[in-house]
Amino acid sequence: MRELFSRAYSLIARRIDGPLMLAMIVLVSLSLTVIYSASGGDTFARALGQFRNFCFALVALWIVANLSPQTIMRFAVPLYIVALGLLIAVALFGDIRNGARRWLNLGVMVIQPSEMMKIAMPLLLAWFFHLREEGLSVKDYFFAGLILAIPTALIMRQPDLGTSILIFASGFFVIFLMGLSWKIIFSALGAVVAMMPIIWQRLHGYQQQRVLTFLDPAADPLGAGYHIIQSTIAIGSGGVLGKGWLLGSQTKLDFIPERSTDFILAVFGEEFGLIGNLFLFTLYLVIIGRGLMIALSAPTTFSRLLAGAITLTFFTYAFVNIGMVSGILPVVGVPLPLISYGGTSMLSMLIGFGILMSISTHKQLVST
Amino acid sequence: MASGSMRNKEAEVTVFRERIFVSGLIVVVLFLVLISRMVYLQIIKREHYFTLAESNRISVAPLVPQRGLILDRNGEVLAANFSAFTLEVTPSKVADLERALDDLSSLIDVQARDRRRFKKLMEESRSFESLPIRNRLTETEVARFSANKYRFPGFEIRARLFRNYPFGETASHAIGYIGRINDTELKKIESGGSASNYKGSDHIGKLGIEGSFEAELHGVTGSEQVEIDAGGRAIRSLARSEPTSGNNLVTTIDIKLQQIIEKAFKDSRGTLVAIEPSTGDILALVSQPRFDPNLFVDGIDPTNWDALNTSIDRPLFNRALKGAFPPGSTLKPFLALSALESGKRTPEYAIRDAGYFALPGVHRWMDDKVGGHGTVDMYKSIVESCNTYYYQLAAETDIDVTAAFLSKMGIGVKTGIDIDGEADGILPSRSWKEKRFAKASSEARKWYTGDSVSAGIGQGYNAYTALQMAHATATIANNGIASQPRLVRQIKDAASGITKDVPPILKRVEVSPENIAVIKHAMEGVAKEGTSARVFTKAAYISAGKTGTAQVFGLKGDKYIAGKVAERLRDHAWYIAYAPADKPEIAVAVLVENAGFGAATAAPIAKEVFDYYLNRKAASTSSATSPADAKNNQPLEAKK
Repeated sequence: MRELFSRAYSLIARRIDGPLMLAMIVLVSLSLTVIYSASGGDTFARALGQFRNFCFALVALWIVANLSPQTIMRFAVPLYIVALGLLIAVALFGDIRNGARRWLNLGVMVIQPSEMMKIAMPLLLAWFFHLREEGLSVKDYFFAGLILAIPTALIMRQPDLGTSILIFASGFFVIFLMGLSWKIIFSALGAVVAMMPIIWQRLHGYQQQRVLTFLDPAADPLGAGYHIIQSTIAIGSGGVLGKGWLLGSQTKLDFIPERSTDFILAVFGEEFGLIGNLFLFTLYLVIIGRGLMIALSAPTTFSRLLAGAITLTFFTYAFVNIGMVSGILPVVGVPLPLISYGGTSMLSMLIGFGILMSISTHKQLVST
Repeated sequence: MASGSMRNKEAEVTVFRERIFVSGLIVVVLFLVLISRMVYLQIIKREHYFTLAESNRISVAPLVPQRGLILDRNGEVLAANFSAFTLEVTPSKVADLERALDDLSSLIDVQARDRRRFKKLMEESRSFESLPIRNRLTETEVARFSANKYRFPGFEIRARLFRNYPFGETASHAIGYIGRINDTELKKIESGGSASNYKGSDHIGKLGIEGSFEAELHGVTGSEQVEIDAGGRAIRSLARSEPTSGNNLVTTIDIKLQQIIEKAFKDSRGTLVAIEPSTGDILALVSQPRFDPNLFVDGIDPTNWDALNTSIDRPLFNRALKGAFPPGSTLKPFLALSALESGKRTPEYAIRDAGYFALPGVHRWMDDKVGGHGTVDMYKSIVESCNTYYYQLAAETDIDVTAAFLSKMGIGVKTGIDIDGEADGILPSRSWKEKRFAKASSEARKWYTGDSVSAGIGQGYNAYTALQMAHATATIANNGIASQPRLVRQIKDAASGITKDVPPILKRVEVSPENIAVIKHAMEGVAKEGTSARVFTKAAYISAGKTGTAQVFGLKGDKYIAGKVAERLRDHAWYIAYAPADKPEIAVAVLVENAGFGAATAAPIAKEVFDYYLNRKAASTSSATSPADAKNNQPLEAKK
């Protein structure tokens, strides 16, 4: 009986990375607590919904973690092609919601192909460089750039600035970790700065508005600047210790928009204060540190690059969201990883962790 | 190849480690940035944000006071409030307003007229203001909208107080109307320091009593501290200070009399002012045509506005206060009084009228009566309205002496009525002509005896308002005691419930009573045996008056034949009068535009006024003493 139990445990847990899992569970517990508060403190509906999302994503994590990195690598090309195909389909005949063409109605389900691309992008690029470990030519970098640029451009046109930034980042990290020369990185950066006026003109009106609002939120306090003003008020008024769980007045009184999704940090910061924020940051640093360690000890080019890119993308999520809610970055619509309410982002996040765990638990098999 | 691959691989791993290390460094640095941002927000600026959060939570909502009522002198309500549901929208909160309005039409009857009016309102307002789309929703409509409210963000149903003028067009020029506060008024409110009292008020008195007594009518805005959410919805009340309703105004208007007069005017344009001589109470203030003040309350729609504004009849123009017309022969009693006062004439002094007056070498002025009136003394000059008598008088009198006397009587100067917008009229004098023709040659600026002669029968440059004429007539009727015209006689304080009488403002004009008696006798003669005698033959009282015909169009030598002149160029008919002659209770000035001879159209209207008013007064005061008598004992103030 006992043996049966331990065997079952080993079946479940042998591909699970302890530190990652622990930090993740603490974060999700925090998430449920804050979502409960953000939904008014009198209904479990949203928190329960998020718990279901988590359980579902956990199953996906477990499955992915149990796949070997080699198996995962086989998904790289088909996943990318399918995601790209769907993105093109969205651009041609996607549903329009909230003024953006992001959703594709397949009859049975409505999907958002840009989410799929979040996994497919680093996967394909890691695979691409893995094949070229003998040495890279300029042509290879050019081709990698193309793989990166096409989906980014398609998503930017939807328009979804936040997601396109994240997808660009996930692919860029692969190329960066592969050793793209600093010279190229800095000259590309210089080129982007030089092109700023042209990029500015290509941005949609609402995107321009967001950037302008970011630069001066007070200029439109009842309009676009409202989010930033209200979230900084909420966070700032929390002080060191916070107002206490369920006691945030800004939260209770409906001042914070999207307070269980993109702006959940405002609720968290108001109720748990600086102490809570530091605790949250620590958890993120634990996950990022663990992810980078996995990347460092990964045996193959593919697994190294993928683990590094997934970890750094996770950091990007956290940084962009915290930056925007605290008013040092423009509002771009990026969720706070593992905390914001939402099934899709939870799923892609946990699939990413599944890949990390697969890499961390399969290395012995490969190195021999 | 294997070793090369191996070396490559080692190099790649080295680069990778280096890059991971750099990345880790960047991550730590960026987290430090986030931490310092949080420290800045939550420690350094914590106090600031905490205060902001508190004020975010508590909002002071204004409680709009009930506007004071406007009543007529007998207690009839002329301007009332009623509460009704209105559908409002804040345009800035709606993405596609046109579509939302289209969708809305399926639930609530929104007519093209409502949309036009709403569009106009939107152009005049700021986008974050809540603007009414439909007023007076039925209960079904309220229910239907409430069930579908989620589909219409930015739209809201509100219970609001509305202004209603139950008598519609009647007395609209006196009562005025309220309308939505515009930018100019907003600036005035702000600079006047009453901005906080107008928080939550959308409306302000624009015209007439509503406009001039705004301070009395508006009331004091109360406030309620409420906890609100970001959507502006109140969650609960924390503290409350009740608003104080505006004061009720009891006006001097007799609305029944006003109605009768307006009916008597039929379709004619014109004006009538009826004054109680002893108090200055304006019993009726008519300006024809009229407008419906109810149209203005929530923003007039462009169709109605254009109709009112572009009509050649100018219904929005307050003729009683602002319309300056040549007084014609109605000026003669005052000119005669002036001559008595200055000693230029005695009552007995008589002229021989051959039918014209000539200034040798200049011009020959004709009398209306071919062949003349024969021997004419002062009495006959008024009763028969002899022009030659006044041509001659004017030629002998300095215009500045006449001007000084007329202004003493309140003619050609503001009467001081208690509502805004009164015109001065034109009181011709040397200095007036200098100013008027300042840009012309010195020849044109000079005053000529010929100017005096034309002005001497109330034509020429003279132009006065019906209000001034009625006021001056009342002064004569009241034996030289001028009572400042007023529309409001009582103010009922809403807070204390105490009704305060507005004391009449009386001034003695320096005129000898004997001279006034001469003029009054002559004016009685007009109604008894003179130009208006035919109108008053069957009257149950004795009245006194004077007819007048004001030229609109100068005819050069031709005889005036009404039928041959275009309707708008025909003469205006005047009549000034008071009654009863021995103890005047009412004085009127009537002007009917383009109606020709004064006795034919204007005098009958005056008779209807007297018939109704004296009859009614007799019926209501047979048992009680006349309040007018009591008020006669007010202390007098000599006019400078």
